Amino acid sequence: MLQKQETVIEFRDVSYSPQHRAIVSNLNFSIRRGEALILLGRSGSGKTTTMKLINRLLTPTQGEVLFDGIPTNQWDEIKLRRKIGYVIQETGLFPHFTVERNVGLIPALEGWKPKQIKTRVFELLNLVGLEPEQFAKRYPHELSGGQRQRIGVARALAADPPVLLMDEPFGALDPITRLEIQSEFRRLQQELGKTVVFVTHDIQEAFVLASRIGLMDTGRLVVLGTPEDFLGSQEPEALAFKQCLRGIASSEASFPQFSDGDSNNGKWI
Amino acid sequence: MDLSEFFLVRYAPEILQETGTHLFIVAIAVGVATLIGIPLGILITRQVRWRKPILGIANILQTIPSLALFGFLISVPVIGGIGAQTAIIALTLYSFLPIIRNTYTGITSVDPAIREAGRGMGMTDRQLLLQVEIPLALSFILAGVRVATVIAIGIATIAAAIGAGGLGVFVFRGIAMVNNQLILAGAIPAAILAILADWGISLLERRLLKKGSQATTKGF
Repeated sequence: MLQKQETVIEFRDVSYSPQHRAIVSNLNFSIRRGEALILLGRSGSGKTTTMKLINRLLTPTQGEVLFDGIPTNQWDEIKLRRKIGYVIQETGLFPHFTVERNVGLIPALEGWKPKQIKTRVFELLNLVGLEPEQFAKRYPHELSGGQRQRIGVARALAADPPVLLMDEPFGALDPITRLEIQSEFRRLQQELGKTVVFVTHDIQEAFVLASRIGLMDTGRLVVLGTPEDFLGSQEPEALAFKQCLRGIASSEASFPQFSDGDSNNGKWI
Repeated sequence: MDLSEFFLVRYAPEILQETGTHLFIVAIAVGVATLIGIPLGILITRQVRWRKPILGIANILQTIPSLALFGFLISVPVIGGIGAQTAIIALTLYSFLPIIRNTYTGITSVDPAIREAGRGMGMTDRQLLLQVEIPLALSFILAGVRVATVIAIGIATIAAAIGAGGLGVFVFRGIAMVNNQLILAGAIPAAILAILADWGISLLERRLLKKGSQATTKGF
């Protein structure tokens, strides 16, 4: 797939160290329009922090993050965030709102007419594979984990933002539902051409979704490249993550064989 | 025994009248405390440096023995003196703590992930407060008002000591005359009043929370 090389988000020498405790340091990279950048790393590696620097839930203590060419601290923070969809683990839905109100939240805040909102909500529910008539009036606690996550995605897409930030959105799902929703989300992302920044600690998930993978280790971005680049990397943290891939069905085209002694011949161990 | 001789019946007209006074004093006091206390409770979730002084003062007010506070207020000019006004002021002061503390607790106990999701999607602080935090904290806030009301109904019986009227009138008269029936003629209606208020507000609570399904009770 051809991609425009246009930069949407750019990190320029960004560090975030509140009270002189470095959480992330010296980040220099850009995110291109339409790509899915997966920030991969262990817990505490600074990936979530990096993401929050984009929608200004955090502001850099050094350097700057540019969104559409303008540093985030010069944006009106509300306007900035309305341009960026935000999905977090399942708790992000408002428990006292119906599915319809949850999904229609941003359009409502933007002052859309009730009719427009309803049309949009139904459209989005169809898009994420939930029957609108059946789900619109339900509350989040009446849904399964997978359904909640679909609603979370629908809500983030509601006002059609060009960029989506997703913080381990599928982390709490069972593996089968997760795989299903991952591949659906991959299709959706390519169809809609959204720029996605996706945080995960699951390397399998990274490979399913990524156009590029950014590997973070103790606050630094140590590898940034396509999944193929990642597999070729000799960075110790990358090797450690690749260890986790071993034993996963390597017969699938997207997972190249690993030949390091134990010949598993593409079978599950 | 003739029913008309039964003390609750014998004193009925007087009991009704004093119950009215009693309710009036409590309603005004709790109403004022709610109108001031809820905003104060919200304020200290936003301005952390105000939290300790405000909760501290409310705490101290709660520990003053009620008879002492009533007695002290008699000598204070303008707001004090003898009568219902002084009683209302004292009861307002007592009602602050449960209302402020429950508002604060309710709002701070909203799941941080929910708050962050809202902020991350571009809700303003005001929108977050009105659409998310207050509705989710409502059961806490109303519980604070309920506790304040029940306490105020109890303490209001002491207000009779400073001439404010209310059901305490029977209690004090009964003590002075060593007449247990008179004491009970004040105490029983006061207890019933407290139970009814508790029940009534929890009914209101359920009615209000119904709109949000069981979301707030079952929850986040």
